[in-house]
Amino acid sequence: MLSTDAKILVVDDFSTMRRIVKNALKSLGYMNIEEAEDGAGGLHRLQTEHFDLIVCDWNMPGMTGIDLLRTVRADPNLKHLPFLMVTAEAKRENIVEAIQAGVNNYIVKPFTPQTFGEKLAAMFTAKAA
Amino acid sequence: METMSSQTARLRNDAFPAMRADFINPFITATVRVIATMAGIEPVAQRPRIKADHRSYSDVTGLIGLIGEGVEGTMAISFHESCILRIVSNMLGEEITDLNHEIEDAVGELTNMISGAARADLETKGYSFQMAIPSVITSKGHSIMVVTRLPIVQIPFETPNGAFYVEACLNAAT
Repeated sequence: MLSTDAKILVVDDFSTMRRIVKNALKSLGYMNIEEAEDGAGGLHRLQTEHFDLIVCDWNMPGMTGIDLLRTVRADPNLKHLPFLMVTAEAKRENIVEAIQAGVNNYIVKPFTPQTFGEKLAAMFTAKAA
Repeated sequence: METMSSQTARLRNDAFPAMRADFINPFITATVRVIATMAGIEPVAQRPRIKADHRSYSDVTGLIGLIGEGVEGTMAISFHESCILRIVSNMLGEEITDLNHEIEDAVGELTNMISGAARADLETKGYSFQMAIPSVITSKGHSIMVVTRLPIVQIPFETPNGAFYVEACLNAAT
């Protein structure tokens, strides 16, 4: 499981969802959480700071979450960063596209804090296996 | 107004021949699921109706386009103040007392989630939509007019803190 002192970046254009994700992370013991409002802002943070996990929306103006995911996976310095997509896009083709782009896990909104915790735990269980 | 459970409020295809029930039921299901999951409030769907005019009167409205292959339309969700203040307070785990930016942002996210869940359901029926970014209008007692020749189906939902309304307008080429 990810250490509770991990530094986590939450990327979403809606401050409501950033707060909901932050609340879910805090309930799991994670307190070192940073935010970005879109993919471009998130990429800038990733290129200038160390993070242990990114939690990212898909559908955002400008650089979308799937664009950010592909950029991260193409960057030698970032390609191993665990990437959790949290999105309202529940279509199977979207999920397949995200998996093909290298996402580690995928949460479809709406979700409960319990679901969030389970999806997060599954990411690191899968990585350890 | 007749009160119905979210299940019995679902439409038959012959109820609104101008707009098939296949298009409307996913919005009922998605709305109940999103509000219940994110805010812990189980909204009760009322009988859907065709709007007499194309205007909405409420305090905050989220609006999103629904554009796909051979199908297009809009979805709006309109709240009265007391209703949306309780929903967002529950979502964020803190009391929100004014129609402020946090409310606008939350209504945008709710619109996004409900349309996303409904679009996923519609996909299983053979309709595919593109993603879209929602817009939010906040003004006490505002009215919105959707410019369309299509009928607009309004689905009222009751909560302990007041009503809200989901309005959908969809047209399939086939």
